Formats: sequence, structure tokens, C-alpha cells
Amino acid sequence: MSIPLNQLAPDASGTIESIQAGQELRRRLAGLGLRSGIRVQVIRQSPLNGPMQIRVGHTDLIMRAADAAHIEVCPGP
Amino acid sequence: MKRIVVLGMPNTGKSTLFNRLTGAGAHVGNWPGVTVDLLAAKILLGDAMVEVIDLPGFYNLHGFSEDEAVVRHFLETQPVNLLLIVLNSSQLDRQLALPLQLRELGIPMCLLLNMSDEANKLGIRIDVPKLEAALQAPAIPLAAKYGTGIEKVRSELIRLLYEHPKLTQANDAAFNQDMQIELELDDLAHRVVTNPITLPVSATDRLDRVLLHPWLGLPIFFLMMFLLFQAIYGLGIPLQDGMGWLFDHLKSRWLEPAVAAWPGPLKSLVLEGLFDGLGTVLTFLPIIAMFFLLIAIVEDSGYLSRAAFLTDALMSRLGLDGRAFVMQLLGFGCNVPAIMGTRIMRSPALRTLTMLIIPFSLCSARLQVILFVVAATFPARAAPIALFSLYLASFVMAFLTAFIWRKRYRNHEPLLLELPSYRLPTWRFLGFEAWRATRQFIAGAGGFIILGVLMVWFLTHFPFNVAVAGPQTMAGWIARGLGPIFEPLGIDNMLSTALLFGFIAKEIVIGALAVIFSVGPNDLSGVLAQRLNWVQAYSFLLFTLIYTPCLSTIAVIKQESKSRKTAAIAVLWPLSLAWLTSFAFYQVARHLL
Repeated sequence: MSIPLNQLAPDASGTIESIQAGQELRRRLAGLGLRSGIRVQVIRQSPLNGPMQIRVGHTDLIMRAADAAHIEVCPGP
Repeated sequence: MKRIVVLGMPNTGKSTLFNRLTGAGAHVGNWPGVTVDLLAAKILLGDAMVEVIDLPGFYNLHGFSEDEAVVRHFLETQPVNLLLIVLNSSQLDRQLALPLQLRELGIPMCLLLNMSDEANKLGIRIDVPKLEAALQAPAIPLAAKYGTGIEKVRSELIRLLYEHPKLTQANDAAFNQDMQIELELDDLAHRVVTNPITLPVSATDRLDRVLLHPWLGLPIFFLMMFLLFQAIYGLGIPLQDGMGWLFDHLKSRWLEPAVAAWPGPLKSLVLEGLFDGLGTVLTFLPIIAMFFLLIAIVEDSGYLSRAAFLTDALMSRLGLDGRAFVMQLLGFGCNVPAIMGTRIMRSPALRTLTMLIIPFSLCSARLQVILFVVAATFPARAAPIALFSLYLASFVMAFLTAFIWRKRYRNHEPLLLELPSYRLPTWRFLGFEAWRATRQFIAGAGGFIILGVLMVWFLTHFPFNVAVAGPQTMAGWIARGLGPIFEPLGIDNMLSTALLFGFIAKEIVIGALAVIFSVGPNDLSGVLAQRLNWVQAYSFLLFTLIYTPCLSTIAVIKQESKSRKTAAIAVLWPLSLAWLTSFAFYQVARHLL
């Protein structure tokens, strides 16, 4: 069962199932290493509903919840 | 001439490598159809002069961002000998996508596996010969920051240029097809890179636990900003004052005697027009240099993207991001370098919107005027409240402006920022940025500022046979003409003439008032106290705070945005906002009190 990435709690990880976004955002995400089958980990959430910090491989990224909502992940180890 | 382009994703140390290769001689190059500034340098490699060009960092050859379009346009139109591709050794699993895409262009490539020291520390192993074989291109591990491997890069470049002496035009078809390289990327990364089973908890993780802490993060951010501010302006403003003093000295000791015998108007043109114009330009140099020196340290360290993380919750609601907030705060020292500092943002819409809000930051020049007038017209008890309310107004105006204009300058790029590992800055190259920014300010804004100073000089001195800035000069005429506009704000003709001077630089408003009332600076307080009640004074201060930023600010907005329209908006919008605010305040206060 998959959930949007922005609903993954800090310290939890998951595997990207699909990215429901336009070509523009998809390519940008792919450039940063975010695509189907890749494992992501949520590191922390910024205060006051700000962006989240996620880790993909050796890259740490910040992204807003609105953008993270386009990424479906399957929670897992 | 032979040509090499340096390419890579953001945060790969591309600029450091470029600086290492080319030294201080880089200049901003002009390329047909390219709207962003590209650094280029000519260097001697072997026996040939080679032009090296630093293209903006980009993620995807087929991406949609401005920078990606610039890279594509450049490669489509300019033939090159060699692509020098800089990769972050720790992130090869995704960065190898770039050489896989660029390979299709059919131009010889050379891969630089930068930051190999960091990868080593993380326990990442890279099979270089396998990588070279798979991509049919030489690959050199190096740490550009420490200069290790640079000599090898140089000799490899000489060899490659000897092997590929002809400029190659990129294969057009490669730009249009979007290759499915993902499988190939995974396969290549799998074969070439060996990752450790568990990642060690890095120093960066430990630092982030404190610096990005849910409760401590923001207070630490404000403390950092305060220290940065103190460092820039604590060092910059004495230097600026020193420069001003030197100029006054030169003027009174050397220039004034030299032109003493000249006819009045010509003498005044040289002393109060040209020389003061030049002085205005030069007094900014220390602050711009200090600003870029220190902001480069903060940027290199990796903290700037953390600042964006911490403040984005507020700024995203205004159509801005956290980096805009950093520049807005630094604008409280001086707007000019803060506007130049928006270069750290890559989206043009976001940059423009930030440039429109920075001028509302109550800079140190406006503070001088405000402190003087507040001290002269407010009782001691109320003075701090007046000052505080003006700081508040400064933020309100900036946020209001962002809120109103956010639809027009909508930023289409999502906030997707890398949080790089904390790094110590590359001390050796810190001065480069400062030097380049200062040079660009002189070349891009200097002429405009001097021209503006000359214009205001003319308005306040012509005709030459009447009192300077008096009612008979053109400035006096204009002030009378504008009288009906300023009257509902409680601002009389003499004060509005001073505001005309304030367009050159806000700090000269007080000096201008002394000239206009023909009193010494020491008697000016008394005159102001006599002529203005506090409601009029406050209305004047609100107007001074909000109205058109100084000439130098407008000049750098024009220089940085490369758009006359943006510069025009930066003049007209604050002017309208200032009028409305002062009008509302004055009319309401007058009727209530």
C-alpha cells in the first residue's frame, strides 16, 4: 500500500512507487535521484509546516510538502 | 581558438575547479542569446591558448529550468573541443546520468571525479578504469578544493586537445530525444560504485541535529544573521566612512584649490556633480566587497540552504523562499549588495520579486535620517516607539509588496534544494567573488549613478545665479509643481526638495535640508522642531523610508535584472506605496488628534 511522501514520518523510509507529476517536475526530481524503485528516507520536518528534509542515496534534499505529495512511496525498511 | 566547457550539477565544486584552472583572470563573457552571466577565461594549455567557459550548474540536459535552457542553447550554437564534466564522487549513483546524456552530443568528454576525499571518508569506492571503459572517456579523481589532481587534469587536457584539435558542433538530434537512460544508469552505477553497507553518522548529521533543531533552529538562524550582519557592516561601514573621508579630503585639499579660478557653474559641476557622483560610486566598494566575501563563506559552508529550510514556511506563503529572507535581512545594512546577492537564486521570477522587496529594508543611510528627525521632533519618551514602528513598517511594506506581486512573478520552479555537507570555505578563492562583484558594480552601475547625480545637480543648481536648491531653481519649480501632491501628506515644498536629493543617497537628505533652510547642521534640529509637529514629521519619515530607493539601488536592480521594466517598477511602485501610506497616516492622525 502506498502513501504520498509528505505523509511519511521523520526517520521513516520507503521505496518510490510512482511519481504523479508533470514532465517538468519529474525530470527535475530524476536529476536529484528521485525516481521509481529508489529508496528515500525522511530526515526531519521544518517547523511550522515548512519543507521536509529527505535523503536519497548520498544526497540530502529539502522539498515542500506540496511537491512531495506527488511522490507515492511504499513505506518499508 | 580551442574551447573547453565546464559542466556539472550544482554542488559539485565546479566553480572551485574553474577557479583552480583559470586563476583570477576570468571575465564575464557575452554569448549571443545567452541572458545569464557566464564566466570565461583564456589559459595556456601546452602551446595553445584555450578558452574555458563555466556553464551554469544543471541537473538534466532535457530539463526546463532557465539554467538548463542556457546550457542547451550554448551547446546548440557554439562548437567546442571538449566537455569537462565535473561530478561529485559521493553522488555518482545519480550524477552519472549527466555524462550518459552528454555522450549523445558526440563531443569528446573528460570526467572529473571531484571531492574524492569526501567519498573516501564515506567509504565509497569507485572503479575508475571500468568507468572510463564504459563511457569511452578519461576519468580523473581529484579534490579541486585542495588542488590535488589539478596538474593531472591539466596534462590530460593538453593530451585531449592534441587528440581532438578541431571544434565539434554538438549533434542536434541529441537535444530532442529524451533518452531512457535510467536502466543504463543503474547498471553503470552498480558496476562502478561500491557503497559501504551502513553509512557512518557524519559530522554534518550531528551539526544538523542542532542547527536544524525544531526549536533551536530559528533562534540560531537569527543569531547567525546578526553575526553576519555585524561582520559585514561592522567592518564595511568604517571602511566606507574612511573612503568618504578620503574623498572629502581630496576634494578640499586638492580639487577645490585646483578649480578655484574656474567660473562658478563649471566649478560647481566638477565639485558637486562629477566628483560627488564618483564619490557615491566608490564609497559602495568596501561594502560590496565585504558582503560578497562573507556571503561566499556562508554559501560555501552549506548553511545558506539550511537557512532556506528554516524560513521557508513563512516565505513560501509570500511566493518567495528562505534565501530571499536572508537577503532582505542583509538589506538592512545596505540594499545595494543585498540586491546583487540575489544571484544565489537561479529562478528569474524569484530573483525579480526579491529585488522588489529588498529596497524596503531600512538601510543604514535611511536610519541616519530617521534618527536625526526623530530626535528633533519627538519627545525622548516616544522616540524609541517611533523608531521601532518604522522598522515594523519596513517589514510590512516588504511582505505586502511580495504578497501583491507574487502572482505576476510566480516562481515555477519547485523548491528542491540540496543540503550539501558542511564544508570549510575555500579560502584561496574567497576574494574572487568579492573582486568580480566589485568590478561588475563599477562597470554596470557606475555610469548610471554618476549620470543620476549630475541630473540632480543640474536640477538643484540651475539657474546658476540663484540660491542652491532654492525656490528659483528647477528643483524649486518641480517642488512647487508637486506641491498639491505632497500637501495632503503634510510635506511642504522645502521638505520635498530634500527628498529629491534623497534620490541620490538617503544619507544626504539631512545635509540637503541644512542647505535648503540655509542653517548649519547644528541648528537644523531646532528649525525642524519649530516647523514640524510630530504628525508631519512621522509622515515625512514614512515617506523617506518607503519611497523610491536610492539611485545606486536602482542602478544595481537594472544591472542585475537586465530589465528596464523591472527598474521602472522599482521606482514607481515604492513611490506610490509611500504616497498612499503617508497620506493614510497623515489624514487619519490629523483628524484624530
